Amino acid sequence: MPHPAAPTLHRPAQAACQLPARVGLGLKPEHFRSLLDTCPDIGFLEIHAENYMVEGGPFHHYLGLLREKYPLSIHGVGLSIGAESALDHDHLLRLKRLLERHPPQVFSEHLAWSSHGPLFLNDLLPLAYDVPTLNRVCAHIEQVQDTLGRPLLLENPATYLQFRASTLDETDFICQVVHRTGCGLLLDVNNVYVTCINHGSDPLAYLDALPLQAVGQVHLAGFSEDADDTGQRLLIDSHSTPIDDAVWALYRLLLQRVGPVPTLIEWDNDLPPMHFLLAQARLAQDLIEACEVQS
Amino acid sequence: MSLQGEFTSALFDRSYTRLPEIFSSPSPASRFTIYRNNVFSSMLDALADSYPVVAQLVGEAFFNAMALTFVQAHPPRSRSLVDYGEDFAAFIETFTPAAGLPYLADVARLERLCVRAYHACDSQAVSLELLAELMAQPEELAELRLGLHPSLSILPSDYAVCSLWEAHQPGGDITKVDPCLPERALVLRCGLEVELLALDTGTCAFIQALQAGLPLGRAAHLEGHASSSFDLGQCLALLISKNVITQLLTEEKARP
Repeated sequence: MPHPAAPTLHRPAQAACQLPARVGLGLKPEHFRSLLDTCPDIGFLEIHAENYMVEGGPFHHYLGLLREKYPLSIHGVGLSIGAESALDHDHLLRLKRLLERHPPQVFSEHLAWSSHGPLFLNDLLPLAYDVPTLNRVCAHIEQVQDTLGRPLLLENPATYLQFRASTLDETDFICQVVHRTGCGLLLDVNNVYVTCINHGSDPLAYLDALPLQAVGQVHLAGFSEDADDTGQRLLIDSHSTPIDDAVWALYRLLLQRVGPVPTLIEWDNDLPPMHFLLAQARLAQDLIEACEVQS
Repeated sequence: MSLQGEFTSALFDRSYTRLPEIFSSPSPASRFTIYRNNVFSSMLDALADSYPVVAQLVGEAFFNAMALTFVQAHPPRSRSLVDYGEDFAAFIETFTPAAGLPYLADVARLERLCVRAYHACDSQAVSLELLAELMAQPEELAELRLGLHPSLSILPSDYAVCSLWEAHQPGGDITKVDPCLPERALVLRCGLEVELLALDTGTCAFIQALQAGLPLGRAAHLEGHASSSFDLGQCLALLISKNVITQLLTEEKARP
Protein backbone atom coordinates (compact mmCIF):
# COMPACT_ATOMS: atom_id res chain seq x y z
CA MET A 1 0.00 0.00 0.00
CA PRO A 2 1.81 3.15 -1.12
CA HIS A 3 0.02 5.63 1.11
CA PRO A 4 -2.63 4.65 3.64
CA ALA A 5 -4.62 7.28 5.51
CA ALA A 6 -2.22 9.53 7.37
CA PRO A 7 -2.66 12.14 10.07
CA THR A 8 -3.15 15.58 8.59
CA LEU A 9 -1.58 18.87 9.54
CA HIS A 10 -3.63 21.42 11.42
CA ARG A 11 -1.60 24.57 11.09
CA PRO A 12 -1.30 27.52 8.71
CA ALA A 13 1.40 25.70 6.74
CA GLN A 14 -1.29 23.33 5.46
CA ALA A 15 -2.02 25.78 2.67
CA ALA A 16 1.54 25.49 1.41
CA CYS A 17 2.03 21.77 1.98
CA GLN A 18 -0.48 19.08 1.06
CA LEU A 19 1.89 16.16 1.70
CA PRO A 20 0.81 13.46 4.16
CA ALA A 21 2.55 13.61 7.55
CA ARG A 22 4.75 10.66 6.64
CA VAL A 23 8.34 10.06 5.55
CA GLY A 24 9.46 10.56 1.95
CA LEU A 25 12.60 10.00 -0.09
CA GLY A 26 14.47 12.01 -2.71
CA LEU A 27 13.88 10.61 -6.21
CA LYS A 28 17.10 9.67 -8.02
CA PRO A 29 17.34 8.31 -11.59
CA GLU A 30 19.11 5.23 -10.16
CA HIS A 31 15.86 4.37 -8.38
CA PHE A 32 13.29 5.01 -11.15
CA ARG A 33 12.82 1.36 -12.04
CA SER A 34 13.16 -0.19 -8.59
CA LEU A 35 10.59 2.23 -7.12
CA LEU A 36 8.12 1.38 -9.89
CA ASP A 37 8.76 -2.35 -9.52
CA THR A 38 8.65 -2.58 -5.71
CA CYS A 39 6.41 0.36 -4.69
CA PRO A 40 7.89 0.69 -1.17
CA ASP A 41 5.59 2.08 1.51
CA ILE A 42 6.83 5.67 1.70
CA GLY A 43 4.83 8.87 2.07
CA PHE A 44 6.08 10.95 -0.88
CA LEU A 45 8.91 11.59 -3.34
CA GLU A 46 10.92 14.80 -3.67
CA ILE A 47 12.70 16.03 -6.80
CA HIS A 48 15.07 18.92 -7.43
CA ALA A 49 13.19 21.22 -9.81
CA GLU A 50 16.23 22.13 -11.93
CA ASN A 51 16.99 18.50 -12.83
CA TYR A 52 13.58 18.24 -14.50
CA MET A 53 13.84 21.43 -16.55
CA VAL A 54 14.31 19.32 -19.68
CA GLU A 55 11.83 18.81 -22.48
CA GLY A 56 11.21 15.06 -22.51
CA GLY A 57 12.84 11.65 -22.18
CA PRO A 58 13.17 9.24 -19.23
CA PHE A 59 13.06 11.87 -16.44
CA HIS A 60 9.53 13.02 -17.29
CA HIS A 61 8.47 9.50 -18.28
CA TYR A 62 9.34 7.97 -14.91
CA LEU A 63 8.23 10.98 -12.89
CA GLY A 64 4.84 10.80 -14.61
CA LEU A 65 4.45 7.11 -13.66
CA LEU A 66 5.72 7.56 -10.09
CA ARG A 67 3.47 10.56 -9.51
CA GLU A 68 0.48 8.23 -9.95
CA LYS A 69 1.74 6.21 -6.97
CA TYR A 70 3.22 8.83 -4.63
CA PRO A 71 2.58 12.45 -3.62
CA LEU A 72 5.27 14.82 -4.95
CA SER A 73 7.42 17.51 -3.40
CA ILE A 74 9.26 19.85 -5.80
CA HIS A 75 12.32 21.39 -4.20
CA GLY A 76 14.02 24.26 -6.02
CA VAL A 77 17.77 24.78 -5.77
CA GLY A 78 18.32 27.51 -8.37
CA LEU A 79 15.94 30.44 -7.79
CA SER A 80 18.57 32.37 -5.81
CA ILE A 81 15.96 34.08 -3.64
CA GLY A 82 18.60 35.94 -1.64
CA ALA A 83 20.51 37.32 -4.63
CA GLU A 84 21.27 41.03 -4.89
CA SER A 85 20.25 40.86 -8.56
CA ALA A 86 16.64 40.50 -9.70
CA LEU A 87 15.14 37.01 -9.93
CA ASP A 88 15.81 35.28 -13.25
CA HIS A 89 12.44 35.72 -14.93
CA ASP A 90 13.01 32.98 -17.52
CA HIS A 91 13.96 30.54 -14.80
CA LEU A 92 10.86 31.43 -12.82
CA LEU A 93 8.72 30.75 -15.90
CA ARG A 94 10.47 27.39 -16.45
CA LEU A 95 9.63 26.58 -12.84
CA LYS A 96 6.01 27.57 -13.36
CA ARG A 97 5.78 25.27 -16.40
CA LEU A 98 7.31 22.39 -14.43
CA LEU A 99 4.77 22.84 -11.62
CA GLU A 100 1.98 22.83 -14.20
CA ARG A 101 3.34 19.68 -15.88
CA HIS A 102 3.80 17.78 -12.59
CA PRO A 103 1.56 19.52 -10.02
CA PRO A 104 3.22 18.91 -6.63
CA GLN A 105 1.76 18.74 -3.12
CA VAL A 106 4.38 21.26 -2.02
CA PHE A 107 7.00 23.57 -3.51
CA SER A 108 10.01 24.70 -1.50
CA GLU A 109 13.15 26.82 -1.98
CA HIS A 110 16.11 28.02 0.07
CA LEU A 111 17.04 31.06 2.14
CA ALA A 112 20.25 31.52 0.16
CA TRP A 113 21.70 32.94 -3.03
CA SER A 114 23.30 30.96 -5.86
CA SER A 115 23.74 33.46 -8.68
CA HIS A 116 25.44 36.79 -9.19
CA GLY A 117 24.42 38.78 -12.25
CA PRO A 118 24.49 36.31 -15.16
CA LEU A 119 26.68 33.79 -13.29
CA PHE A 120 25.15 30.70 -11.71
CA LEU A 121 27.29 29.43 -8.83
CA ASN A 122 25.33 26.22 -8.08
CA ASP A 123 25.73 26.34 -4.31
CA LEU A 124 23.50 27.63 -1.52
CA LEU A 125 25.53 30.65 -0.41
CA PRO A 126 25.01 32.51 2.88
CA LEU A 127 23.25 35.84 3.40
CA ALA A 128 24.04 38.84 5.55
CA TYR A 129 21.01 39.28 7.81
CA ASP A 130 20.20 42.99 7.65
CA VAL A 131 17.16 45.08 6.77
CA PRO A 132 17.97 45.64 3.06
CA THR A 133 18.44 41.86 2.63
CA LEU A 134 15.18 41.20 4.49
CA ASN A 135 13.29 43.58 2.21
CA ARG A 136 14.84 42.02 -0.88
CA VAL A 137 14.19 38.40 0.21
CA CYS A 138 10.55 39.24 1.04
CA ALA A 139 10.06 40.97 -2.33
CA HIS A 140 11.56 37.97 -4.16
CA ILE A 141 9.42 35.46 -2.26
CA GLU A 142 6.29 37.51 -3.01
CA GLN A 143 7.24 37.57 -6.69
CA VAL A 144 7.69 33.77 -6.70
CA GLN A 145 4.42 33.16 -4.85
CA ASP A 146 2.53 35.53 -7.17
CA THR A 147 3.98 33.90 -10.29
CA LEU A 148 3.36 30.34 -9.12
CA GLY A 149 -0.01 31.18 -7.58
CA ARG A 150 0.81 29.30 -4.37
CA PRO A 151 2.70 29.82 -1.11
CA LEU A 152 6.14 28.24 -0.87
CA LEU A 153 8.05 26.68 1.99
CA LEU A 154 11.40 28.36 2.72
CA GLU A 155 14.28 26.20 3.96
CA ASN A 156 16.62 27.40 6.72
CA PRO A 157 20.26 27.22 5.57
CA ALA A 158 23.37 25.35 6.69
CA THR A 159 26.15 27.94 6.96
CA TYR A 160 29.89 27.98 7.61
CA LEU A 161 30.45 31.74 7.91
CA GLN A 162 28.71 34.72 9.50
CA PHE A 163 28.85 38.27 8.12
CA ARG A 164 30.02 41.35 9.97
CA ALA A 165 27.17 43.19 8.21
CA SER A 166 24.45 41.09 9.91
CA THR A 167 22.26 43.02 12.32
CA LEU A 168 19.60 40.31 12.87
CA ASP A 169 19.80 36.73 14.16
CA GLU A 170 19.05 34.11 11.51
CA THR A 171 15.95 33.04 13.46
CA ASP A 172 14.66 36.65 13.72
CA PHE A 173 15.23 37.06 10.01
CA ILE A 174 13.26 33.87 9.23
CA CYS A 175 10.43 34.90 11.60
CA GLN A 176 10.07 38.23 9.80
CA VAL A 177 10.15 36.65 6.34
CA VAL A 178 7.44 34.16 7.33
CA HIS A 179 5.35 36.90 8.94
CA ARG A 180 5.65 39.33 6.02
CA THR A 181 5.28 36.94 3.05
CA GLY A 182 2.95 34.27 4.45
CA CYS A 183 5.35 31.55 3.28
CA GLY A 184 5.76 28.38 5.34
CA LEU A 185 8.94 26.87 6.72
CA LEU A 186 10.78 23.83 5.44
CA LEU A 187 12.69 23.03 8.60
CA ASP A 188 15.94 21.24 7.83
CA VAL A 189 16.89 19.77 11.21
CA ASN A 190 20.36 18.83 9.98
CA ASN A 191 20.92 22.43 8.87
CA VAL A 192 19.88 23.66 12.33
CA TYR A 193 22.43 21.36 13.96
CA VAL A 194 25.23 22.06 11.45
CA THR A 195 24.73 25.84 11.63
CA CYS A 196 24.57 25.93 15.44
CA ILE A 197 27.68 23.77 15.91
CA ASN A 198 29.59 25.79 13.31
CA HIS A 199 28.74 29.08 15.02
CA GLY A 200 28.86 27.87 18.63
CA SER A 201 25.18 28.27 19.46
CA ASP A 202 22.55 26.02 21.04
CA PRO A 203 20.48 24.01 18.51
CA LEU A 204 17.45 23.69 20.81
CA ALA A 205 17.38 27.42 21.52
CA TYR A 206 17.62 28.03 17.75
CA LEU A 207 14.73 25.63 17.14
CA ASP A 208 12.56 27.32 19.77
CA ALA A 209 13.27 30.75 18.26
CA LEU A 210 11.82 29.67 14.89
CA PRO A 211 8.16 30.17 13.90
CA LEU A 212 7.37 26.48 14.41
CA GLN A 213 3.66 26.97 13.66
CA ALA A 214 4.74 27.64 10.05
CA VAL A 215 6.60 24.32 9.61
CA GLY A 216 5.08 22.48 6.65
CA GLN A 217 7.82 19.95 6.00
CA VAL A 218 11.05 18.67 7.56
CA HIS A 219 14.36 17.59 6.00
CA LEU A 220 16.68 15.12 7.74
CA ALA A 221 20.16 14.47 6.38
CA GLY A 222 23.68 13.44 7.32
CA PHE A 223 26.69 15.74 7.69
CA SER A 224 30.41 15.16 7.34
CA GLU A 225 32.91 16.50 9.80
CA ASP A 226 35.92 18.79 9.38
CA ALA A 227 37.77 21.42 11.41
CA ASP A 228 38.75 25.00 10.67
CA ASP A 229 42.31 26.38 10.99
CA THR A 230 41.86 26.95 14.70
CA GLY A 231 40.84 23.32 15.21
CA GLN A 232 37.22 24.19 15.86
CA ARG A 233 34.74 21.49 14.84
CA LEU A 234 33.19 22.30 11.46
CA LEU A 235 30.22 20.31 10.15
CA ILE A 236 29.50 20.12 6.43
CA ASP A 237 25.99 19.62 5.11
CA SER A 238 27.10 16.86 2.73
CA HIS A 239 23.91 14.76 2.30
CA SER A 240 26.18 11.74 1.97
CA THR A 241 26.06 10.00 5.38
CA PRO A 242 23.48 8.49 7.76
CA ILE A 243 21.54 10.91 9.96
CA ASP A 244 23.54 11.65 13.12
CA ASP A 245 22.22 10.73 16.58
CA ALA A 246 22.25 14.40 17.60
CA VAL A 247 20.00 15.24 14.65
CA TRP A 248 17.63 12.38 15.51
CA ALA A 249 17.44 13.74 19.08
CA LEU A 250 16.64 17.23 17.79
CA TYR A 251 14.00 15.77 15.46
CA ARG A 252 12.30 14.03 18.45
CA LEU A 253 12.16 17.36 20.28
CA LEU A 254 10.75 19.03 17.17
CA LEU A 255 8.01 16.38 16.84
CA GLN A 256 7.02 17.02 20.48
CA ARG A 257 6.52 20.64 19.51
CA VAL A 258 4.80 20.37 16.11
CA GLY A 259 3.32 16.87 15.99
CA PRO A 260 3.43 14.58 12.92
CA VAL A 261 4.97 16.40 9.96
CA PRO A 262 5.96 15.37 6.39
CA THR A 263 9.65 14.47 6.62
CA LEU A 264 12.21 13.85 3.87
CA ILE A 265 15.29 11.67 4.20
CA GLU A 266 17.68 13.75 2.10
CA TRP A 267 20.59 11.85 0.57
CA ASP A 268 22.15 13.30 -2.60
CA ASN A 269 25.77 12.10 -2.76
CA ASP A 270 27.40 8.65 -2.43
CA LEU A 271 23.93 7.08 -2.64
CA PRO A 272 23.52 3.92 -0.53
CA PRO A 273 21.29 0.99 -1.66
CA MET A 274 17.54 1.60 -1.54
CA HIS A 275 17.08 -0.75 1.44
CA PHE A 276 19.39 1.47 3.49
CA LEU A 277 17.39 4.60 2.62
CA LEU A 278 14.18 2.76 3.46
CA ALA A 279 15.64 1.79 6.86
CA GLN A 280 16.43 5.47 7.59
CA ALA A 281 12.88 6.34 6.51
CA ARG A 282 11.49 3.64 8.82
CA LEU A 283 13.32 5.16 11.81
CA ALA A 284 11.75 8.55 11.12
CA GLN A 285 8.32 7.00 10.44
CA ASP A 286 8.45 5.22 13.83
CA LEU A 287 9.21 8.53 15.55
CA ILE A 288 6.32 10.26 13.75
CA GLU A 289 3.90 7.50 14.76
CA ALA A 290 5.11 7.51 18.37
CA CYS A 291 5.15 11.27 18.83
CA GLU A 292 2.91 12.94 21.35
CA VAL A 293 2.66 16.68 21.25
CA GLN A 294 3.65 18.35 24.51
CA SER A 295 1.80 21.56 25.11
CA MET B 1 31.66 46.35 -4.79
CA SER B 2 28.55 44.75 -3.30
CA LEU B 3 28.83 42.04 -0.66
CA GLN B 4 27.79 39.26 -3.03
CA GLY B 5 30.10 40.73 -5.68
CA GLU B 6 33.00 40.41 -3.24
CA PHE B 7 31.93 36.89 -2.29
CA THR B 8 31.83 35.91 -5.97
CA SER B 9 35.27 37.44 -6.60
CA ALA B 10 36.67 35.51 -3.66
CA LEU B 11 35.24 32.25 -5.03
CA PHE B 12 37.27 32.69 -8.23
CA ASP B 13 40.35 34.29 -6.62
CA ARG B 14 42.12 32.09 -4.07
CA SER B 15 44.35 34.97 -2.99
CA TYR B 16 41.44 37.28 -2.08
CA THR B 17 42.58 39.08 1.07
CA ARG B 18 39.49 40.85 2.39
CA LEU B 19 37.74 37.81 3.95
CA PRO B 20 38.43 38.86 7.59
CA GLU B 21 36.81 42.25 6.86
CA ILE B 22 33.65 40.60 5.49
CA PHE B 23 33.15 37.72 7.92
CA SER B 24 33.01 37.72 11.72
CA SER B 25 33.64 33.95 12.06
CA PRO B 26 37.05 32.70 13.24
CA SER B 27 39.52 31.64 10.51
CA PRO B 28 37.27 32.80 7.67
CA ALA B 29 39.71 31.64 4.97
CA SER B 30 39.45 27.96 5.91
CA ARG B 31 35.67 28.22 6.24
CA PHE B 32 35.37 30.03 2.92
CA THR B 33 37.21 27.11 1.32
CA ILE B 34 34.12 24.95 1.95
CA TYR B 35 32.03 27.22 -0.29
CA ARG B 36 34.77 27.37 -2.92
CA ASN B 37 35.07 23.57 -2.95
CA ASN B 38 31.28 23.13 -3.13
CA VAL B 39 30.96 25.52 -6.06
CA PHE B 40 33.78 24.10 -8.14
CA SER B 41 33.31 20.42 -7.31
CA SER B 42 29.61 20.65 -8.24
CA MET B 43 30.56 22.08 -11.64
CA LEU B 44 33.28 19.45 -12.17
CA ASP B 45 30.74 16.75 -11.24
CA ALA B 46 28.27 18.17 -13.79
CA LEU B 47 30.95 18.01 -16.52
CA ALA B 48 32.08 14.52 -15.48
CA ASP B 49 28.42 13.35 -15.65
CA SER B 50 28.01 14.75 -19.17
CA TYR B 51 31.45 13.68 -20.51
CA PRO B 52 32.23 10.23 -19.03
CA VAL B 53 34.11 8.96 -22.12
CA VAL B 54 36.25 12.11 -22.35
CA ALA B 55 37.04 11.58 -18.64
CA GLN B 56 38.01 7.94 -19.26
CA LEU B 57 40.17 8.85 -22.27
CA VAL B 58 42.31 11.33 -20.32
CA GLY B 59 42.05 9.93 -16.78
CA GLU B 60 40.49 11.55 -13.71
CA ALA B 61 43.39 13.86 -12.75
CA PHE B 62 43.82 15.28 -16.26
CA PHE B 63 40.05 15.62 -16.70
CA ASN B 64 39.67 17.51 -13.43
CA ALA B 65 42.51 19.89 -14.29
CA MET B 66 41.08 20.51 -17.76
CA ALA B 67 37.53 20.90 -16.43
CA LEU B 68 38.68 23.31 -13.71
CA THR B 69 40.39 25.51 -16.31
CA PHE B 70 37.14 25.45 -18.30
CA VAL B 71 34.97 26.27 -15.27
CA GLN B 72 37.18 29.23 -14.35
CA ALA B 73 36.86 30.65 -17.86
CA HIS B 74 33.24 29.59 -18.57
CA PRO B 75 31.21 29.42 -15.34
CA PRO B 76 27.57 28.36 -15.85
CA ARG B 77 24.99 30.93 -16.87
CA SER B 78 21.96 28.66 -16.75
CA ARG B 79 20.30 27.54 -13.50
CA SER B 80 19.95 24.03 -14.87
CA LEU B 81 23.31 22.29 -15.14
CA VAL B 82 21.99 19.72 -17.63
CA ASP B 83 23.09 22.07 -20.43
CA TYR B 84 26.34 23.11 -18.75
CA GLY B 85 29.38 22.58 -20.95
CA GLU B 86 27.80 23.30 -24.35
CA ASP B 87 31.13 24.94 -25.29
CA PHE B 88 33.36 22.34 -23.60
CA ALA B 89 34.28 20.71 -26.94
CA ALA B 90 35.36 24.04 -28.45
CA PHE B 91 37.40 24.69 -25.29
CA ILE B 92 39.10 21.26 -25.55
CA GLU B 93 40.23 22.14 -29.09
CA THR B 94 42.14 25.12 -27.71
CA PHE B 95 43.43 23.36 -24.56
CA THR B 96 47.10 22.86 -25.44
CA PRO B 97 47.84 20.00 -22.98
CA ALA B 98 45.19 17.90 -24.83
CA ALA B 99 46.68 18.58 -28.28
CA GLY B 100 48.09 15.04 -28.40
CA LEU B 101 44.52 13.67 -28.52
CA PRO B 102 43.09 15.43 -31.61
CA TYR B 103 39.89 13.32 -31.45
CA LEU B 104 39.03 14.41 -27.89
CA ALA B 105 36.93 17.44 -28.92
CA ASP B 106 34.76 15.37 -31.27
CA VAL B 107 34.23 12.73 -28.57
CA ALA B 108 33.03 15.59 -26.35
CA ARG B 109 30.70 16.78 -29.15
CA LEU B 110 29.29 13.27 -29.43
CA GLU B 111 28.70 13.02 -25.66
CA ARG B 112 26.90 16.39 -25.72
CA LEU B 113 24.60 15.07 -28.48
CA CYS B 114 23.89 11.99 -26.32
CA VAL B 115 22.86 14.18 -23.36
CA ARG B 116 20.64 16.27 -25.63
CA ALA B 117 19.07 13.14 -27.13
CA TYR B 118 18.37 11.73 -23.65
CA HIS B 119 16.39 14.82 -22.59
CA ALA B 120 14.96 15.80 -26.00
CA CYS B 121 11.27 16.43 -26.45
CA ASP B 122 9.10 13.33 -26.79
CA SER B 123 7.61 12.79 -30.21
CA GLN B 124 5.44 9.92 -31.44
CA ALA B 125 6.62 7.97 -34.49
CA VAL B 126 4.35 7.89 -37.55
CA SER B 127 2.31 4.66 -37.58
CA LEU B 128 3.41 1.74 -39.71
CA GLU B 129 -0.05 1.68 -41.33
CA LEU B 130 0.36 5.24 -42.54
CA LEU B 131 3.85 4.49 -43.84
CA ALA B 132 2.60 1.40 -45.65
CA GLU B 133 -0.19 3.45 -47.21
CA LEU B 134 2.36 5.91 -48.59
CA MET B 135 4.70 3.23 -49.84
CA ALA B 136 1.79 1.94 -51.89
CA GLN B 137 1.73 5.27 -53.80
CA PRO B 138 5.29 5.51 -55.12
CA GLU B 139 4.40 8.45 -57.40
CA GLU B 140 3.93 10.67 -54.33
CA LEU B 141 7.00 9.45 -52.46
CA ALA B 142 9.48 11.69 -54.29
CA GLU B 143 7.77 14.85 -53.04
CA LEU B 144 7.37 13.60 -49.47
CA ARG B 145 9.32 15.32 -46.69
CA LEU B 146 10.08 13.42 -43.47
CA GLY B 147 10.07 15.10 -40.06
CA LEU B 148 12.62 13.39 -37.80
CA HIS B 149 12.61 12.91 -34.03
CA PRO B 150 13.97 15.89 -31.99
CA SER B 151 16.58 13.60 -30.41
CA LEU B 152 18.16 12.74 -33.77
CA SER B 153 21.46 14.32 -34.73
CA ILE B 154 24.51 13.55 -36.86
CA LEU B 155 28.17 14.16 -36.15
CA PRO B 156 30.53 13.69 -39.11
CA SER B 157 34.07 13.40 -37.74
CA ASP B 158 37.62 12.98 -39.03
CA TYR B 159 38.07 10.52 -36.17
CA ALA B 160 36.59 7.19 -35.08
CA VAL B 161 34.18 8.80 -32.61
CA CYS B 162 31.68 5.92 -32.54
CA SER B 163 34.36 3.27 -32.05
CA LEU B 164 36.06 5.34 -29.35
CA TRP B 165 32.73 5.80 -27.56
CA GLU B 166 31.82 2.12 -27.79
CA ALA B 167 35.27 1.05 -26.59
CA HIS B 168 34.52 2.86 -23.30
CA GLN B 169 31.21 1.15 -22.69
CA PRO B 170 31.11 -2.04 -20.58
CA GLY B 171 32.89 -4.85 -22.47
CA GLY B 172 34.53 -2.43 -24.94
CA ASP B 173 38.13 -2.88 -26.16
CA ILE B 174 40.15 0.23 -26.95
CA THR B 175 43.08 -1.77 -28.39
CA LYS B 176 40.97 -2.59 -31.46
CA VAL B 177 40.26 1.07 -32.30
CA ASP B 178 42.20 3.15 -34.82
CA PRO B 179 41.16 6.65 -33.69
CA CYS B 180 42.18 8.23 -37.00
CA LEU B 181 39.61 6.49 -39.20
CA PRO B 182 36.83 8.99 -40.07
CA GLU B 183 33.36 8.04 -38.80
CA ARG B 184 29.91 9.59 -39.03
CA ALA B 185 27.84 9.18 -35.88
CA LEU B 186 24.05 9.04 -35.76
CA VAL B 187 22.62 9.76 -32.29
CA LEU B 188 18.97 9.20 -31.47
CA ARG B 189 16.65 8.16 -28.67
CA CYS B 190 14.52 5.13 -29.40
CA GLY B 191 11.91 4.88 -26.64
CA LEU B 192 13.88 5.70 -23.48
CA GLU B 193 17.30 4.56 -24.71
CA VAL B 194 19.88 6.75 -26.43
CA GLU B 195 21.50 4.87 -29.31
CA LEU B 196 24.60 5.59 -31.32
CA LEU B 197 25.29 4.19 -34.79
CA ALA B 198 28.13 4.66 -37.28
CA LEU B 199 26.79 5.60 -40.72
CA ASP B 200 28.27 5.14 -44.19
CA THR B 201 28.78 8.37 -46.13
CA GLY B 202 25.70 7.82 -48.30
CA THR B 203 23.27 7.26 -45.44
CA CYS B 204 24.80 10.18 -43.57
CA ALA B 205 24.30 12.55 -46.54
CA PHE B 206 20.74 11.28 -47.05
CA ILE B 207 19.69 11.85 -43.41
CA GLN B 208 21.37 15.27 -43.42
CA ALA B 209 19.39 16.15 -46.57
CA LEU B 210 16.15 15.05 -44.83
CA GLN B 211 17.09 17.17 -41.80
CA ALA B 212 17.61 20.12 -44.13
CA GLY B 213 14.02 19.67 -45.34
CA LEU B 214 14.65 18.20 -48.81
CA PRO B 215 11.92 15.93 -50.18
CA LEU B 216 12.64 12.22 -50.28
CA GLY B 217 13.27 12.12 -54.05
CA ARG B 218 15.88 14.87 -54.01
CA ALA B 219 17.52 13.59 -50.82
CA ALA B 220 17.91 10.12 -52.33
CA HIS B 221 19.08 11.46 -55.69
CA LEU B 222 21.57 13.86 -54.13
CA GLU B 223 22.89 10.96 -52.20
CA GLY B 224 23.05 8.69 -55.23
CA HIS B 225 26.00 10.69 -56.56
CA ALA B 226 27.90 10.51 -53.31
CA SER B 227 27.95 6.78 -52.77
CA SER B 228 27.25 3.76 -54.87
CA SER B 229 26.59 1.61 -51.80
CA PHE B 230 23.59 3.67 -50.70
CA ASP B 231 20.37 1.69 -50.31
CA LEU B 232 17.26 3.84 -49.88
CA GLY B 233 15.17 0.91 -48.66
CA GLN B 234 17.66 -0.04 -45.96
CA CYS B 235 18.03 3.54 -44.86
CA LEU B 236 14.26 4.05 -44.49
CA ALA B 237 14.01 0.69 -42.72
CA LEU B 238 16.61 1.93 -40.21
CA LEU B 239 14.71 5.18 -39.54
CA ILE B 240 11.41 3.28 -39.22
CA SER B 241 12.84 0.62 -36.88
CA LYS B 242 14.25 3.33 -34.59
CA ASN B 243 10.87 5.14 -34.42
CA VAL B 244 12.41 8.43 -35.55
CA ILE B 245 10.12 9.33 -38.47
CA THR B 246 7.67 11.54 -36.63
CA GLN B 247 6.06 13.56 -39.44
CA LEU B 248 5.11 13.04 -43.08
CA LEU B 249 4.83 16.31 -44.95
CA THR B 250 3.42 16.49 -48.47
CA GLU B 251 3.32 19.70 -50.49
CA GLU B 252 -0.16 20.68 -49.33
CA LYS B 253 -0.42 19.41 -45.81
CA ALA B 254 1.39 17.94 -42.86
CA ARG B 255 0.25 14.52 -41.69
CA PRO B 256 0.97 13.75 -38.05
